[in-house]
Amino acid sequence: MKKLFWLSLILVPLWTACSKSESDSIRVGEYASLTGSEATFGQSSHEGTMLAIEEINAAGGVLGRKLELITDDTQSKSGEPATVVNKLILRDRVVAVLGEVASSRSLEAAKICQDNKIPMISPSSTNPKVTESGDFIFRVCFIDPFQGTVMADFVSQTLKLKKVAVFTDVKSDYAKGLAKFFKERFVANGGQIAGELDYNGGDKDFKAQLTAIKSQSPDGVFVPGYYTDVALICIQAKQLGLNVPIFGGDGWESEKLVEIGRDAVEGQYFSTHYSPEVGSDKSRAFVENYKKRYNGKTPDALAACGYDSALVLGDAIKRAGSTEGQKIRDALAATKDFEAVTGKITINEKRDATKAAVILQVRDGKFKYLTTVNP
Amino acid sequence: MDWFFQQLINGLALGAIYALIALGYTMVYGVLRFINFAHSDVLMLGAFAAYFLAPPMAAVFAPQSISSALAITILAAAICAVIGMTIEILAYRPLRNRPKLTVLITAIGVSLFIEFTGQHKNVFTSARRRFPDLLPTRDFQFAGLVVSSIDLVVLGTTVFLLAVMWFIVQHTKTGTAMRAVSYNMQAAALMGINVNRIVSFTFGLGSALAAVAGILYSMRSPSIDPLMGIQPGLHAFIAAVLGGIGNLPGAALGGIVLGLAETFAGGIPGLSNYRDGIAFALLIAILIFRPAGILGKATIEKV
Repeated sequence: MKKLFWLSLILVPLWTACSKSESDSIRVGEYASLTGSEATFGQSSHEGTMLAIEEINAAGGVLGRKLELITDDTQSKSGEPATVVNKLILRDRVVAVLGEVASSRSLEAAKICQDNKIPMISPSSTNPKVTESGDFIFRVCFIDPFQGTVMADFVSQTLKLKKVAVFTDVKSDYAKGLAKFFKERFVANGGQIAGELDYNGGDKDFKAQLTAIKSQSPDGVFVPGYYTDVALICIQAKQLGLNVPIFGGDGWESEKLVEIGRDAVEGQYFSTHYSPEVGSDKSRAFVENYKKRYNGKTPDALAACGYDSALVLGDAIKRAGSTEGQKIRDALAATKDFEAVTGKITINEKRDATKAAVILQVRDGKFKYLTTVNP
Repeated sequence: MDWFFQQLINGLALGAIYALIALGYTMVYGVLRFINFAHSDVLMLGAFAAYFLAPPMAAVFAPQSISSALAITILAAAICAVIGMTIEILAYRPLRNRPKLTVLITAIGVSLFIEFTGQHKNVFTSARRRFPDLLPTRDFQFAGLVVSSIDLVVLGTTVFLLAVMWFIVQHTKTGTAMRAVSYNMQAAALMGINVNRIVSFTFGLGSALAAVAGILYSMRSPSIDPLMGIQPGLHAFIAAVLGGIGNLPGAALGGIVLGLAETFAGGIPGLSNYRDGIAFALLIAILIFRPAGILGKATIEKV
């Protein structure tokens, strides 16, 4: 009898958990770095995603059912995405997964989604390896081979720099990939790589490497890292008298870059997905709604990408007419000229979006739009 | 050649920070023979205390003045001393007569507790914050070399605090009691030394050192978060072992050696991502060839 009691204690919640997934909302999983070193990435992306889900639901939902977003935090740590995505798929029984910003963490979760045949859309992981994980993995942003060439062309053609040092975060797949593609294009453009140095994401002292970079007297430094490290790198470069332009990729985009870096990041450049200063009616409407929803906060590129990832998923479920993984996957793969905030999204045969990139400059503590580069 | 001297300066500055943190590790180890892993988290708390104290202090004193920086540092050190003593009373004192391993594991537990409490959304949250400029900074240039005023402050403070610690331990009554407790706790108690008070004092002093180190560390790299203590804490621990744990000048020497080794490794293309690896390789080498550390046992009497 006692055994039966304990058994029922285990089985009853299980039973209710199973029956819950039969409820009439469509569950969508999201994993994001809501806390930790890349917290502003996860938060922006989550806010964008949340807004899209709310708007879809306000317009009547998908297939006559509401979308229910279940969000889990990866704490900006490796290892966490695997845990939370397993939980989303196995316990929450989500039909699709959205996330993450950082490529290393998206890669981790992609394998799990692929094995479970659950479609995953990364809003803004740009390392090409992410979607190479399998045919259920998609993204709504450009990839680093493109982003690297955009920055390399900008540096050699607009800034007219000849000799550039590259300073890479070796802990991040994103940074390593972007560094590689930048170097290839910059050398092809006739530029010279002055020196390549590495750091470990999360380091606080970069003076050793920056001194080595300075001794090679480059015209500029390419730092394809994340904003927390980049801010300190810019501060210490300035202290060492390394007064050359520093530039990077979409990993820079966070208000924390300016908060921590202050005048040291002033005038520096980076490439990203989108700028609220330019765009279609759709993106203007997005900026307005986002400001209304989040107390006047201006959306950054990661918020826009998060928003787009949810819109693309909603559209795919609608076209699939089903919440079955395989059918959603097929519909996602067939996405063509979808009008999104960050531009028209067409999913190519590699399950990546082909889209334009923008280049921004830090000016008076704000990110100013400079130019758009089409693929 | 400029390059070499610049790295020497960078390495010394980094080493001075490690030395300062290692002093706290070594103090506690010297008396209690156990590694207080929560030391690195008290360092973080010191930085956060200064972060929150800076605006009110700027209202009392002139902002970015030496007096306000001193007031902030002293207050933060006092807060951390109280926290350190509380940790000792709550977590370590009940375990004092248990095996050392029990206390060690508890220390790791305390460390994790502080880190994750700090990350909670109602405490500090895990977002990075900009550490305020406590002092005006200037970069001195001569002969192509750059020395930051912060690095000079760090170096000066480390030397000063090392001397103060040395004086306290060697030339005061409390210091004599500390050495007695370190030598034999029971015998010290029989001689009329209040062991609890001495241990509390040691923790208070160690935690105050951690707070000062946390503030100086954050002045160099002005971005703070609840996990900021882990990395410097680990390196300072290596520094303490390198110099001979329990030995005050050893901690300082270990810190400088480690700072220089890391900086020179970091400045070599291709080797720069092995900075931490080199730190740990040094630790392994010292444990194999000279387990007592550079300034081993025989040289100076332990704290």
